[in-house]
Amino acid sequence: MKRVAIALFFFAVLIGLWELAVRSGRWSPVLLPSPIFVAEYIWAALLDGTLLESTWVTLKRLLLGYAAGVIIGLPLGLLTSTSQVFEDTIGALALGFQTLPSVCWVPLALIWFGQTEGAMLFVVIMGTVWSVIIATDHGARNIPPIYARAARTMGSEGFHKWTRVILPASLPFLVSGMKQGWAFAWRSLMAAEIYVTILTGFGLGHLLHYGRELNAMDQVIGIMIVIVVIGLLVDRLLFSPWERVLHRRWGTNVKET
Amino acid sequence: MEAARPDFVADVSAKLLVDGVSKWFTPSRTHVHALDNVSLAIDEGEFVCLLGPSGCGKSTLLDIMAGLTMPDSGRVLADGKLVEGPGRQRLVMFQESALFPWLDAFGNVMFGLRLRPDLRNAERKDIANHFLKLVGLEKFKHAYVHELSGGMKQRVALARALAPDPQVLLMDEPFAALDALTRDQLYDDIQQIWMESRKTIVFVTHNVREAVCLGDRVVLMSPSPGRIAQIFDIPLPRPRDINSAELAGYASQIAAALKGNMKKAASE
Repeated sequence: MKRVAIALFFFAVLIGLWELAVRSGRWSPVLLPSPIFVAEYIWAALLDGTLLESTWVTLKRLLLGYAAGVIIGLPLGLLTSTSQVFEDTIGALALGFQTLPSVCWVPLALIWFGQTEGAMLFVVIMGTVWSVIIATDHGARNIPPIYARAARTMGSEGFHKWTRVILPASLPFLVSGMKQGWAFAWRSLMAAEIYVTILTGFGLGHLLHYGRELNAMDQVIGIMIVIVVIGLLVDRLLFSPWERVLHRRWGTNVKET
Repeated sequence: MEAARPDFVADVSAKLLVDGVSKWFTPSRTHVHALDNVSLAIDEGEFVCLLGPSGCGKSTLLDIMAGLTMPDSGRVLADGKLVEGPGRQRLVMFQESALFPWLDAFGNVMFGLRLRPDLRNAERKDIANHFLKLVGLEKFKHAYVHELSGGMKQRVALARALAPDPQVLLMDEPFAALDALTRDQLYDDIQQIWMESRKTIVFVTHNVREAVCLGDRVVLMSPSPGRIAQIFDIPLPRPRDINSAELAGYASQIAAALKGNMKKAASE
């Protein structure tokens, strides 16, 4: 309860400072709208359905691209962690492409796929898959070898060893890899939506883009806040329960409550 | 007391037979001769301690017996059959407990049992409960690994190694990381369990008293290259108390031999 109160207080002060800055009159309200106007925009967009519709469009693309990225990335990461050949090929490729900001895939995606959903998916997958490969590879390498040795003496080999020992042993690393993949997917999609306009659906990135074109700063800031909130919610709903289970079992990060 | 048996004859009837095993390690340019033509026969139900300073190859020898490492020359026979890989009949207990943190104590003991297709699930659970009780941890069956103390972890590891009913138990300095009081308690427990189950146990240690307390025979090894220097019979009655005077007599004798070997190795 105390932690919630502190957090609430912090954000209240932040918004208060913002409002004060607006009232000081130093900046044009066109550039710096009051938090009240931003809240009004979000409320109105919620009521007329544009916000929910765009959020749905964006989340659909995100989940699809992210799922594909994880499904491709996880096994490849496990492969690069165990095989020298895969490490020198796929591993090197992943390392290289991971340094490429995902927005750099947009021109290529536009030329290959045109203004389609395919282009969006391509950018998200390219933004996700490499970091998932690297995080998984890193995780599998960090499993204490004694687990595999102990398992082998008990007669666990091959598929059983992979599913019952290597996979659960690398769970903490896999979850942080998937979390990182999620952050990358989210960033890539926003980049793609801001740069690529397609007719099959207007996502949050498009709303942000049009906000800029219309000089509607309340919309720009409002959508930015929505994007942050969605990111936080997903972290809380999708990853936190997993991390709690893992922390409890592994005994890591035990905080006094 | 017998010598290092240069006239070793492969006795195929032994429970565990190490026959002329050599092993080299080649980490970055250096060429380490870890084991040099080591031969040893271990009888059924025998408790043998491999004793030596670090680098004498005792853990490597245990790994080779387990089938986790392959010898460069020579062979290991278990019940007359060539050891070509790890097997359920020879379970290993490691220095770190090597318990799986994603399972609770009960789950860890069940791990090896689940790999025995001849058992029904109810039987597996009964066996797991039995062995957790045997090591005095039935109240902690649902505790996760990090919630257990060092001694409790090794007890769970012992239960996990005993539960699938292996014929041979290979123990690699299992108590080295524990405090003295916990260790003394475990010496009693392991002797009790051994006297009741009569498993064949090979126990690696660098602690002379520990070796004398537990072993029917103490195999003293010397380093670079790893060899068997001498084998001592310990005919003391059981259960043995590690603090007894008789035991100390044997220990000082072996310690003297150990010191002599190390001096010799250093001067070479």
